[in-house]
Amino acid sequence: MRKGFRTDLRWSDVTPKEKWLNRRQLMAGAGALVLAAPALAQGTAAPGRYSTDEPPTSLEDISGYNNFYEFGYDKEDPARLAQGLTVDPWSVVIDGLVDRPGTYALDDLLSGVTLEERIYRFRCVEAWSMVVPWVGFELAALLGRVGVQPGARYVAFETLLRPEEMPGQRGGTIEWPYREGLRLDEAMHPLTLLATGIYNEPLPKQNGAPIRLVVPWKYGFKSIKSIVRISLVADRPQTTWNMLQPNEYGFYSNVNPQVDHPRWSQASERRVGGGLLAPRIDTLMFNGYADEVASLYAGMDLTRDF
Amino acid sequence: MDGAASLNGALRRVPVWAVCGLGLVPLAVLVWRGLSGGLGIDPVKTLEHQLGLTALQLLLAGLVVTPLRRWTGVNLIRYRRAIGLLAFLYAALHLLVWLWLDLQLRWSEIGADLVKRPYVIVGMLGFACLVPLAMTSNGWSVRRLGAAAWQRLHRLAYAAVLLAALHYLLLVKVWSAEPLLYALAAAGLVALRWLWRRGRSGTVRA
Repeated sequence: MRKGFRTDLRWSDVTPKEKWLNRRQLMAGAGALVLAAPALAQGTAAPGRYSTDEPPTSLEDISGYNNFYEFGYDKEDPARLAQGLTVDPWSVVIDGLVDRPGTYALDDLLSGVTLEERIYRFRCVEAWSMVVPWVGFELAALLGRVGVQPGARYVAFETLLRPEEMPGQRGGTIEWPYREGLRLDEAMHPLTLLATGIYNEPLPKQNGAPIRLVVPWKYGFKSIKSIVRISLVADRPQTTWNMLQPNEYGFYSNVNPQVDHPRWSQASERRVGGGLLAPRIDTLMFNGYADEVASLYAGMDLTRDF
Repeated sequence: MDGAASLNGALRRVPVWAVCGLGLVPLAVLVWRGLSGGLGIDPVKTLEHQLGLTALQLLLAGLVVTPLRRWTGVNLIRYRRAIGLLAFLYAALHLLVWLWLDLQLRWSEIGADLVKRPYVIVGMLGFACLVPLAMTSNGWSVRRLGAAAWQRLHRLAYAAVLLAALHYLLLVKVWSAEPLLYALAAAGLVALRWLWRRGRSGTVRA
């Protein structure tokens, strides 16, 4: 959304968040179509399908409470320590079993894509959750553009490796760079996003600027941040948390209230943002996206392939 | 030992209630932060973590009293009961926050955690060790039990601190310095007692 969005509007033209939020509440009430048009004209992303109508977590909370171990283990560390990250220029290597491999500048990746807003539930493996108004586009659109070859069965992703700007990469027990992966059908699913923004603003650095994955039916760590490499591969790729603790973090890591983390329950979650009395709610199968994605796993034993 | 003697002299003027007051400062700070919205984005986790950590720190402080006296001559023994009771208070509040604010009295999940989760089991065992200690931390109980039996009972403090440190260690997602240092401190302070007993130097018991 930073530059690829071909428009002469500037960020200063964007509807102020308060007004936009008011508009959103009005829209929820009545006359959504009538009011949606002016919202679009002012440069906000098109409202997308699959959005939940649950109230989004505030931008302050979404950008102040992050697991991004490249910038420290504490939730408040990334907001503090990620600000020195250089995100412009940025490019992504796309390689492996693709027709048009190469190093793509971010602008390039974003040219021609339609950014849309997707308000998704976000469930961390640590049993807390948020509701995030992402701005992005379907990963499938990018994969279609670069041409997936028949032998490809998985997609592997890597985060930037730059210890000078990512203090967490200078030590610790994690083998950097952070890596994640999806089965090709998961990657092609229309729920799977490459996000470049939240709340119609560019992604904060601590949230994985300038471009990150969002897979809303899986635990948050699958949604890899600050991506610099996307590889189409034949074999299941190595993924960071699975490498660290294979008995605790499976390759799939689908949100599943019936399959507990070996050390804690996944039956329920606390919604971040409600203060001391933030409600604990029941965790939903596939984080509430079962209707859309359950068929991907038909016939699989999800307690074994967790 | 001159320094230690004069320090002990100065300490004689510090009443036990002053130490109690000092020990309640972290709680007052947490309450103030809670009321002013200063506990961060997930205040429940902050509260839970800080209460637990303070309990562990106080348990360790209680175990430092004897080595400090043996090695430096500084005598803090008359504050040890207050330190132990404060540790119990923080541990009890930590448990309460977990039950009430974190799990929100979802008893079926609490019950499942209590039988299935090693970190919960270990934490509860640690707390269970502290209960008889807190109940007998008074002069009447010492007289009633007799000094020897009372002292034997209060060796449960060693189990409690080891369980508390393990509880912390079992929670983290990746190895990090803080829980490891606490575990080392707990293991070291308990190992000291074991070494002393093996050495049978006789008079000094912890």
